[in-house]
Amino acid sequence: MPLTAESLFSRLQDVLGDRIAGGGVALNEATIEVRPQDWHVVALTLRDDPNLAFDTLIDLCGVDYQAYKDGLREGPRFAVVAHLLSVTKNHRVRVRALCASDELPMLASLIEVWPSVNWFEREAFDLYGIVFENHPDLRRILTDYGFIGHPFRKDFPLSGQVEMRYDPELKRVIYQPVSIAPREVTPRIVRAENYGGVE
Amino acid sequence: MSEIRNYTLNFGPQHPAAHGVLRLVLELDGEVVERADPHIGLLHRATEKLAEHKTFMQSVPYMDRLDYVSMMSNEHAYVMAIEKLLGIAPPERAQYIRVMFDEITRILNHLLWLGAHALDVGAMTVFLYAFREREDLMDVYEAVSGARLHAAYYRPGGVYRDLPEQMPQYQPNRFKTEADVKRLNENRQGSVLDFIEDFCKRFPTYVDEYETLLTDNRIWKQRLVDIGVVSPERAKALGFTGPMLRGSGVAWDLRKHQPYEVYDRMDFEIPVGRNGDSYDRYLVRVEEMRQSNRIIQQCIAWLRANPGPVIVENHKVAPPSREGMKSNMEELIHHFKLFTEGMHVPEGEAYAAVEHPKGEFGIYLVSDGANKPYRMKIRAPGFAHLAAMDEMSRGHMIADVVAIIGTMDIVFGEIDR
Repeated sequence: MPLTAESLFSRLQDVLGDRIAGGGVALNEATIEVRPQDWHVVALTLRDDPNLAFDTLIDLCGVDYQAYKDGLREGPRFAVVAHLLSVTKNHRVRVRALCASDELPMLASLIEVWPSVNWFEREAFDLYGIVFENHPDLRRILTDYGFIGHPFRKDFPLSGQVEMRYDPELKRVIYQPVSIAPREVTPRIVRAENYGGVE
Repeated sequence: MSEIRNYTLNFGPQHPAAHGVLRLVLELDGEVVERADPHIGLLHRATEKLAEHKTFMQSVPYMDRLDYVSMMSNEHAYVMAIEKLLGIAPPERAQYIRVMFDEITRILNHLLWLGAHALDVGAMTVFLYAFREREDLMDVYEAVSGARLHAAYYRPGGVYRDLPEQMPQYQPNRFKTEADVKRLNENRQGSVLDFIEDFCKRFPTYVDEYETLLTDNRIWKQRLVDIGVVSPERAKALGFTGPMLRGSGVAWDLRKHQPYEVYDRMDFEIPVGRNGDSYDRYLVRVEEMRQSNRIIQQCIAWLRANPGPVIVENHKVAPPSREGMKSNMEELIHHFKLFTEGMHVPEGEAYAAVEHPKGEFGIYLVSDGANKPYRMKIRAPGFAHLAAMDEMSRGHMIADVVAIIGTMDIVFGEIDR
């Protein structure tokens, strides 16, 4: 029988002790928050502890909290979230680390822990500009060759900065500032608690 | 003495065996691959960013366009993530319909994979056979949703509508005579369920036909056996899921180990490979088609016996009926609010994963209480598989690269997102 999220979380607390900076159980999912300097050590423990045995890294992604709750959130802007799965033990955990610096978010690479993290870290670097130390090949992965900026950051416009077209006079493809006017079809609304008397 | 040189070869982005827009930079020593560097992102549409600017409902059709050969499975993970955050469960009938369509989708996906893989390796016929069956299943898609591919049929809280009582029929036209139409409509006399049941009866024979063409075919075996071998430990470390992991001998299937919807009530087996090569992965997928067929039959039996609602009654999540909307003020307000502002999903984060035909397809959703997702991350199985391209193809001949791409079941819609 797989562990419940609660018992997994208490087991994580036993193993990791004060390396857990926060987290908990919500919606039947265990989340732990770790300090950025512990990121690599915690990953190694999660993989090698026989009772945890997280042998597969399912996903790793960046999150930009700049506009969270319309900017009311305090704390660092960038986070890296990893989803781990133990195929042998059949349980999952979510691990989050907030990057210390907003200007140059950095975190240790987990490439020696789980080789599958290679492309996920490249993606987080490409889209959010999070730098993974000791990554052997931190190139852009999804965006175009020579792309400027990190498109999934909340301050990057949806329609981008540049557009591409063929210039018949220069006889080549050129970049120019976008001609699309930004528009929002449905406005984004965060309702107050119990808006309209609804639970 | 002639000079011996290493070659760098550009494979793709426009290459029929690249399954889309894969640019593969191959470093070759003669014909042997020294290093493979896949360049992806040529189909990047920023689905995740677009979803942040759309209401929860408006993103459902985007999900179809991720892995565009297994459309409903993608929707499934997305609606499950929303339902998890909302704390609602779809009605039982909707759960059975979802399971049935997940398995139909699995057959659709595996048929395309089988046809395309065989075509890459040099067997033309299977492709034509596989597309014959896909046609029937896409008609089922069309009957329930109106679209052959991009269905947008699953909605948060259930499915868009119940299974139709009448399977659409062919009509005579300039190209089809009355006699043709009569023959084509023979198994379309009853409901959609009757048509699917008829298909399930025919399908095992079809799989036998594919196996006759391939399983013991000498050329097929020469091209696949011992190509792209991955050990079970390595497969887990590389983040493999689905048939790629099972082909290496790890009996891992979310439908069995972390069951969602009504999979815990279904009777089916998980096929596993023994050697972890491309041939084993072929055998695993073929057996999965047979098992999917079994699951569909179990769903049909249940769906026949148990009518009921297919979407939740909560009008903060699901729209009211057309009739209710036109006769009742309250319902009209609900309808208006739902289709202009959309639903509000409580603050929190959730990860929902389904056993997609290609592996584990997951949606990580962060909501801050707005009517749009704050962050959505799509965990595409093919992304992790293609990342292992370098390791799997190293030391193989250049012709085997095509077999390895084929065995991974690559679709760029989900990898580039």
